[in-house]
Amino acid sequence: MTSILHIEGLTKRYASGHEALSGVDLTIEEGEILALLGPNGAGKTTLISIICGLVMPTGGRVSVGGHDIARDYRKARGMIGLVPQEIALEPFETVWNVVRFSRGVFGKKRNDAHLEDVLRSLSLWEKRDAQIRELSGGMKRRVLIAKALSHEPRVLFLDEPTAGVDVELRRGMWEVVEGLRARGVTIILTTHYIEEAEEIADRVAVISKGQILLVEEKARLMARMGRKELRIELHEPIDSLPERFRDKGLELVDAGRAIVFHYDTRGERTGIAALLAELSEAGIVLRDISTRQSSLEEIFVGLVTEDTA
Amino acid sequence: MNWTAIGAIYRMEMLRFFRTILQSFVSPVLSTSLYFVVFGTAIGSRIDQVEGVSYGAFIVPGLIMLSIMTQGISNASFAIYFPKFIGTVYEILSAPISFLEITIGYVGAAATKSLFIGAVILATAHLFVDLQIAHPLAMLAFMGLTCLSFALFGFIIGIWAQNFEQLQLIPLLVVTPLVFLGGAFYSVSMLPPAWQTVTLFNPVVYLISGFRWSFFGLADVPVGLSLLAIAGFTCLCLAIIWWMFRTGYRLRD
Repeated sequence: MTSILHIEGLTKRYASGHEALSGVDLTIEEGEILALLGPNGAGKTTLISIICGLVMPTGGRVSVGGHDIARDYRKARGMIGLVPQEIALEPFETVWNVVRFSRGVFGKKRNDAHLEDVLRSLSLWEKRDAQIRELSGGMKRRVLIAKALSHEPRVLFLDEPTAGVDVELRRGMWEVVEGLRARGVTIILTTHYIEEAEEIADRVAVISKGQILLVEEKARLMARMGRKELRIELHEPIDSLPERFRDKGLELVDAGRAIVFHYDTRGERTGIAALLAELSEAGIVLRDISTRQSSLEEIFVGLVTEDTA
Repeated sequence: MNWTAIGAIYRMEMLRFFRTILQSFVSPVLSTSLYFVVFGTAIGSRIDQVEGVSYGAFIVPGLIMLSIMTQGISNASFAIYFPKFIGTVYEILSAPISFLEITIGYVGAAATKSLFIGAVILATAHLFVDLQIAHPLAMLAFMGLTCLSFALFGFIIGIWAQNFEQLQLIPLLVVTPLVFLGGAFYSVSMLPPAWQTVTLFNPVVYLISGFRWSFFGLADVPVGLSLLAIAGFTCLCLAIIWWMFRTGYRLRD
């Protein structure tokens, strides 16, 4: 894989003195989907805005496809499509006109067939002659995506694409993203819906207080940071755990009706078999057992609280 | 130069103009007619000729200037302020285009609109007064340059403005008084000598004087000075816009 976006020592201090980014380094591979996770005010939108030319950086370097965003801005920006967080569209224009405008303003020759493809893939073709103000919120969001795709970008930024969008539409949006990946478009998406990152990202970067805390493949991250939880339902509730179980990291929950055991999936031995044997030795009768993997959300919350602590 | 991008901006702006063509067309015709009824007929009938030209004809260049200046400013300032206001400006700023291309697109469209309005007023004036244009080419040049420079000026206001009130502030408080006091409806020579001197500090005097010269061959100030003034104003506006885009002033954080 070759890298398509390279960020080095990027800093941004606003006129107010607020430091939004303090030394961000990040490399993004061509064709991947990277989810940029972070709480509100972590610097996600500032980072994207700098790459796209909306905000001037204080220091550091960014290149897209080998083109520096300051020196070689025409080539760099020509490769990028941006779907902003807020719905910003001219209310009295038609869908077709705004999409055609986007292609033109990026300097691409008129290509109605391509625009038709884009609109069809976003289920907007029937609405091409409708004025923007007549569209629903979900359709407007798709128009924003259509505009970003109109000039055939190789890198697409989706800034909180599903914020305030209903569940059904969110699924639809994920399908669109999947389709784009199939076409080889690199996608960087910011979100604070962990579910979203878990669903569609190849890699996850966590940003907090203007710094990238980690970048890792989603599966590896979950395996590395993931802890599993074994829940043992008891036949009869017990008042307390017998003495021999005190230091084994067990937790008695649900008024003594269940025991929870945390274990590490990376360990050679999880200790489950031994635990179950010991429980039976102690005369505790089990009714049911289940296991659960901690989600990306728990990992994320853990990381960010660690960082703020 | 990215002409495709310039064309896209220009086309989008003109689409807006044609969507409100009735308003764009009717409003200048109506206001010009009112000026002729009030100034030309009611008051003008009591005023003798001004430097050998009937008063009705004399005010035509001033009327056209008044309209193209205010229209140029309002069209161009709104053209860039509106995207800022509704947020669509992100697309222009993230596009692979230079400040010059953005400016040519927006200002070109705004200047075209004022040129159109100027032509409509000229045609309307023909219905009321007998008009001879002494130097047609110079007339076109003055009109074109004024449309362009005031559209540039409006573009600056649109970038600078942070709310609708500021958008109206300069046209209302600065430009309209300067135009009215700039000899739109009278000749500077009609003023007392002391005021004639004060008037020479009003840049609009040079524009109206030059424009009137192209109609009747008479001017308050030398024509060369008029041309120089308008060229200087255009360059100043361009320099300010260049600086605004370079520093990101009120466009990029």
